[in-house]
Amino acid sequence: MRKMCLDVVLELARQDKRIFFIGSDLGIGTLQKFKEEIPERFFMEGISEANMIGMAAGLAMEGKIPYVNTIATFLTRRCFEQVVVDLGLHKLNVRLLGNGGGLVYAPLGPTHEAIEDIAIMRSIPNMTVIAPADAEEMRRAMLQSLDHQGPIYIRIAKGGDPIVTSNDIPFEIGKAFLLRLGSDALIITTGITLGMGLEASERFKEQGLQVAVLHVPTIKPLDVETIIAAIARVPVVVTIEEHTLNGGLGSVIAEIIAEANFSSRKYFKRIGIPDVFADRYGSQASLMEFFGITASKLVAAVTKLLASSGRKDKLCEEELAN
Amino acid sequence: MNTQKLDQRSKYLRRRIIETLDATRRGHVGAALSLVEIIRVLYDDVLHYDVRNPKWSERDRCILSKGHGCLALYVVLQDKGFFPEEELWKFCEASGILGGHPEVKVPGVEASTGSLGHGLPIGVGFAVNAKYEQAGHRVFVIVGDGECNEGSIWEAALCAGKHKLSNLTVVIDHNKYQSYGPTRDVQNLEPFADKWKAFGFAVKEVDGHDVDALRGAFTGVPLESDKPTAIICHTLKGKGMSSTEGNMKWHHKSGIKDEEIRQLFAESEAY
Repeated sequence: MRKMCLDVVLELARQDKRIFFIGSDLGIGTLQKFKEEIPERFFMEGISEANMIGMAAGLAMEGKIPYVNTIATFLTRRCFEQVVVDLGLHKLNVRLLGNGGGLVYAPLGPTHEAIEDIAIMRSIPNMTVIAPADAEEMRRAMLQSLDHQGPIYIRIAKGGDPIVTSNDIPFEIGKAFLLRLGSDALIITTGITLGMGLEASERFKEQGLQVAVLHVPTIKPLDVETIIAAIARVPVVVTIEEHTLNGGLGSVIAEIIAEANFSSRKYFKRIGIPDVFADRYGSQASLMEFFGITASKLVAAVTKLLASSGRKDKLCEEELAN
Repeated sequence: MNTQKLDQRSKYLRRRIIETLDATRRGHVGAALSLVEIIRVLYDDVLHYDVRNPKWSERDRCILSKGHGCLALYVVLQDKGFFPEEELWKFCEASGILGGHPEVKVPGVEASTGSLGHGLPIGVGFAVNAKYEQAGHRVFVIVGDGECNEGSIWEAALCAGKHKLSNLTVVIDHNKYQSYGPTRDVQNLEPFADKWKAFGFAVKEVDGHDVDALRGAFTGVPLESDKPTAIICHTLKGKGMSSTEGNMKWHHKSGIKDEEIRQLFAESEAY
């Protein structure tokens, strides 16, 4: 996904002279082609995120479109105030490309795990927040980033993630996409958890249950209309995200449900990272497993809520036992 | 240094600051008074701009990074005609455009500042852009000495030095005080000039209230053709009124009384 993201930056830069690339101290050879082809718009400014954001702001005030890339934690935590004041307050066309959103850097520990990036970036007025599900969706999102007004934070996943989206559904910033229909329950995903949502829906299908999947790649601005319409049709809603439960997708959906005042009761559960730092290393997959961010846990959560909602009759004994 | 008598224009601008304070009774007074000559000389004699077209592409860019000194900027911008006088009397009011820190909605203000350490990185972006476009305009960023506690100032300084941004000038209002007390006690900056030199700047030190010296310094940039410039302006916090000079109570003051306003007018006149 990261390779696709940076490939598109070069592709766009070849066509549009407003595009600048600013990296911090990225891996050797990053965007080497960009550096060779367009050195005058390629900047590697060292481990100095505050300056990097301010510099990007200055360029954007002059009509340029800087794409700024470094590890997600450093792009969000370290220079948060610069992002708020320089980019948010001025509503500038700067694109923040955060490497390793979520638990990607599990072997490197909590300093490198961007578990609250979505929560803090979505709190900034004027900021757009996007978490694509795979490299193909990243490509579609990046192509749309060019003419969008205001700053965008784009969460980049690990890379090599399975392709679960399709070109049939045109990506649009600010839109949520109902990828599976169903009236028994609704799974809401963002980023790479879409794959888990689709897998869970498939498993339910085998049992004769129709579980809808709503993919929300743009966390902000939120496609409230589509989300409310999708929730209105089902009794059970479960969100799943590779992110802390404090302020991410689950919180966003909870806020919507709380204020929508649906006429029928909604049984709701959030799956994500609890309010802790990871206390172990391992891999992204092993940490996801540890925190229960898996298709199996998703199936279990939906099943439990279906039971609570009185839809036991539709469930097989085996699933209930789980 | 800092023994300068003030000419009529400097006194006039200070009277305008007091009149603005009179309307709102609050503001960062000391931090504005040390800046008056710096801003006056830049806008009277150095910067190229078009009041009727504040976004003129060929204008010189000037950022007041120490945004809390905005009273000095406001009275000069108003004096030049960027906005009507009535705005001064609405300083910090809901219906006005002039706040306790400058924002881009004010004609003539390049960047919204207030949180310290932001202006120089933005100025670096301006200067990089001007260099890329091979444009002739220049970039001036006015920072405070207390502001130079911020790491982002030095990140930006490294970057400016690396890119040899000779179109960038950092103007430092070195009034030797910050909110809590003398800069030498709160966070010592010395050897200050040497620090800027070490970061790749050509450095000049001037009396920040000597209009001729400031004019000479600002019109003489870049000091070296392949380096950004730092002009360290030695100033006096609260300059121009005996009760505010070096008086930390006037760093920021609210609830200013009638008697104090009268006293400021009198002291300014007698200076």
